Amino acid sequence: MTLTVLRTGPMTVLKDHGRPGHAGQGVAQSGAVDRSAYARANALVGNAPGAAVLECTLGGLRVRVEEPATIVLTGTDAVLVVDGVRTAVEEVVRVPAGAEVTVTMPRRGLRSYLAVRGGFDVPPVLGSRSTDQIAGVGPPRPAPGDILPIGPPPTGEALAGSAPEETGGPFEIDLGPRDDWFTAEAVEMLLGAEFTVSPASNSVGLRLDGPALARSRTDELPSEGVVRGSIQVPPDGHPIVFQADHPVTGGYPVIAVLTPAAADRAAQARPGSKIRFAIAPD
Amino acid sequence: MPGRLSVSLTTGLGLRFLRCGREALLVEVDGLEAALALYVALRAADLPGVIDLVPAARTVLIQLDPAVTTPTQVEKATAGLRIDGSGRAGVGTVEIPVRYDGPDLAEVAERTGLTPDEVIALHTGAQWTVAFAGFAPGFGYLTGGDPRLDVPRRSSPRTRIPAGSVGLAGRFSGVYPNDSPGGWQLIGSTTERMWDLDRAEPALLVPGVKVIFKAVDR
Repeated sequence: MTLTVLRTGPMTVLKDHGRPGHAGQGVAQSGAVDRSAYARANALVGNAPGAAVLECTLGGLRVRVEEPATIVLTGTDAVLVVDGVRTAVEEVVRVPAGAEVTVTMPRRGLRSYLAVRGGFDVPPVLGSRSTDQIAGVGPPRPAPGDILPIGPPPTGEALAGSAPEETGGPFEIDLGPRDDWFTAEAVEMLLGAEFTVSPASNSVGLRLDGPALARSRTDELPSEGVVRGSIQVPPDGHPIVFQADHPVTGGYPVIAVLTPAAADRAAQARPGSKIRFAIAPD
Repeated sequence: MPGRLSVSLTTGLGLRFLRCGREALLVEVDGLEAALALYVALRAADLPGVIDLVPAARTVLIQLDPAVTTPTQVEKATAGLRIDGSGRAGVGTVEIPVRYDGPDLAEVAERTGLTPDEVIALHTGAQWTVAFAGFAPGFGYLTGGDPRLDVPRRSSPRTRIPAGSVGLAGRFSGVYPNDSPGGWQLIGSTTERMWDLDRAEPALLVPGVKVIFKAVDR
């Protein structure tokens, strides 16, 4: 069973749970940028949790399903258009052989996840079918004309699930590991100020415009391991929130780390949108 | 509110546990040797719920699965580890043949006050250890070289360095796994592949591995 890529839009890549366990070789986990939307896509079509999906940034993806298939799109308010017929947000759709499916442009959110029952069955690299564009590890970016194999249908039943309630509130964080490298005013500013998502953001990091966060010490931090959701502050004081394709280590102090749920929200933050931070409850 | 949770003195390494979100814990120690010893001990301990370890110059990042464990549990288990560096033996020694014809060999000699032959002798005479990985898949930061081979990075990085180039920067040595930009001082090149996805473990140089460089004509 296969699916043919007709058009990719601005950015479509294969993603799954990523490849943890290889940091000693200089390879980061990578994987889906919005993990909860990724997990929901697989659950809705009955796939096992680690199945590969297409992560489509800002719509524009068009594919042809070569055999009857069960598909769903999650993550944004973009929908699937099947042979010209619009479906509902996160509607699980059974499509006939030869159907052409288009992902619309989202008005809310950035990254949509297209799951097919059976999962995309390209050869895994170091245990994962995710493309890590920074490390150059994983399957190549799909291009028009590519034929993607679909795995055998899973035995699991499709699970019902719905998108989480949209929360307009602040992004929740835990301070550390290097909040003590910053002035008290910088920490206050992080928690009080409004930041704007810069157009220079990508799956490596969300760059934030806003007040500069000043350090209380000027010595150089030796590079150290960083996680998804780390808020790293380079010398110019403008924070970068690391996303799934972040490097294994970073050379600037991390003032705070987003909760996993907040990191998923960050994955959907569009350039120009305003965000605030607040300390997460324990 | 400090990120520092507590200080463990039980192991003599002075482990400092730094909060790092809900899915990790950053452990700071006094230096490279201690970080490597902690990394090796953590690998051997294979603590439940730990999904990856990132050793660095004076830290080890412990990444965990929050469905299985918590940062607090991992901190307790780590504080109770016996860390004596004994686990470092047995991860092997890699011999890397190097043709010492790098474009910066003369500059390294000049900066260190040595002759090029003396630079080569010091580089091949040391037993190096992979302290940590980073920069790119398969790039290992090698420590344990002669202190005289301490040179700064190039003031202007090269835009393209061929795979296999052998470089020096600070007290580190390293081998570029793929063609990439870079700022290290290049003293030679090797045909040995640092990164090969056809190997079970693609990276030749992983933390703890010992490295000996051997001068060859080609």
